[in-house]
Amino acid sequence: MHPALSVILFTVLSGIGTGMLVWLPVNLGIGDLPAPGIAQWSADRWFGVAAFCVAFGTIAAGLVSSTFHLGHPERAWRAFSQWRSSWLSREGVMSVALFVPTGLFALGVVLFQRADGWWLVAGFVGATFCLVTTFCTAMIYASLTPVRAWNQVDVPLNYIVLSLASGAAWLVAIARLFDQPFSYADLGLVGAAVLGLTWKRSYWKLIDRIHAGRDEPGPTTESAIGIARTRAQTARPLDPPHTEQNYLMKEMGFVVARRHALKLRRLTMLFAFILPVALWFLSVWLIAPVAAVLLLIGAISMTAGLLIERWLFFAEAKHTITLYYRGN
Amino acid sequence: MTSLPANRSTKRLGLVIDLDICVGCHACATNCKEWNSGGHAAPLTDLNPYGADPDGVWFNRIHSYEVSGPLDAITVHFPRSCLHCEKPACVEVCPTGASFKRAEDGIVLVAEDLCIGCKLCSWACPYGAREYDPSEGVMKKCTLCVDRIYNENLAPEERVPACVACCPVGARHFGDLGDPESAVSILVAERQGADLMPELGYQPTNKYLPPRPRRDRALNDKDPRCLDPVAAADKIGSSLHPFLRWVDRMLGDR
Repeated sequence: MHPALSVILFTVLSGIGTGMLVWLPVNLGIGDLPAPGIAQWSADRWFGVAAFCVAFGTIAAGLVSSTFHLGHPERAWRAFSQWRSSWLSREGVMSVALFVPTGLFALGVVLFQRADGWWLVAGFVGATFCLVTTFCTAMIYASLTPVRAWNQVDVPLNYIVLSLASGAAWLVAIARLFDQPFSYADLGLVGAAVLGLTWKRSYWKLIDRIHAGRDEPGPTTESAIGIARTRAQTARPLDPPHTEQNYLMKEMGFVVARRHALKLRRLTMLFAFILPVALWFLSVWLIAPVAAVLLLIGAISMTAGLLIERWLFFAEAKHTITLYYRGN
Repeated sequence: MTSLPANRSTKRLGLVIDLDICVGCHACATNCKEWNSGGHAAPLTDLNPYGADPDGVWFNRIHSYEVSGPLDAITVHFPRSCLHCEKPACVEVCPTGASFKRAEDGIVLVAEDLCIGCKLCSWACPYGAREYDPSEGVMKKCTLCVDRIYNENLAPEERVPACVACCPVGARHFGDLGDPESAVSILVAERQGADLMPELGYQPTNKYLPPRPRRDRALNDKDPRCLDPVAAADKIGSSLHPFLRWVDRMLGDR
């Protein structure tokens, strides 16, 4: 599938923002309950301003970027209407609806410096809305049967874990800037990054199996042209329907060299997971301003890694239309 | 509404395409383009039509395949267009309500004044039936010539899709596949008409009649089989002494 820059930016940016809004109420609302050494963040006004600005900013930037690939952006409001059947519509509705509870929570923290009682309830409702939004985003892809690499349960789980990891990375960096103590987001950063790395590797193995034909058999060129049922025959493309590339081939016949894919997978692992976790461990031993700088570098590295990861998510996915044009 | 119609009638208008007869002349694609350039989905834009890299929106694309059996290989010409599925995911994924399936006859259409051009429907179609028009910013697709088949300004025999009207060999048939007594349904039953990629569960309305198994007669008859491949002959040649091979090359005209 063609990796459109607007969609890559949208999914990565809104993943960061929703991830941050999941971690914020957790860290501001839950104190040193189960694990020792975990402290509750204080509802500091300027920390709140910085954290909510980045979170809302990335979600809004993602939403704006997602309209860039539309043929008629001025009609985008119509996309809120078909939530009964369409995951894209559900995602649109949720990504706007989440601003209500998370906005209330932000109001509580920034204006009244409070993250308890009803303010906290709003925060947790917002966190749920954020998780649902990320799930809907992933389901846009996971619900497409013609793209087998996407039509997998791994896809929504991956999206949620990566959103939690990148949200935690940015939030922890900002928190350290404002001298907030070690908290759940720190654990979340390391946990989600390790989980993300493991999951991503198993996902890559899965799609390699699918593309090498070692998974359950999917549609073939024979079934695509309706001769599979009748005789033991094999079909291969002979004459193409047109001499130049058309929309279908540009949009869904995107070819990425295997060699580059392997290289980009390694870069993803390094930038999105290994480097941010290593920098976090390093930051634990250092004084606050240096630690904050290291964590910021880690967050930027993770974002870059996830941009490559999202590029691969599109570029490596194969649509059944290639059966007609390429025979595989 | 992009939810599928709850009160669907039993009528399933669609095409039956005979892969045994189709000669791959592209007349159906050409007449489709001609009619629909002025029809329901007009204009059917071409981009850079006279340049080095022409592109454009077509509802019908004719592929050709080499189909190899145990004995022989045949060429199969395969016209690919919208199958007007009973479970069209392209309709359900549409966020705006622009894509819809008609309750009364099952035709899948796009309301172009509602389409935002997000292209998700084209991703959801395994058959590549939908093509995006970048100059109009909307998605376009086969309308089953909805502006011909009910058009009382046309003579009754012309109230069929443009692709069916012009097929010079009679490889395309139009009718109600929901009626088991209709001519197209009988044809599908007789010839074991197939669904494309039935494993994906889209339940396409259009059916494809597979090539007749005429070549199998060579098994029983004394008919000549396929010729020995040239590549194999060359392989034998390569086992010759280099001098003899040189002689062979000098003498032969290859």
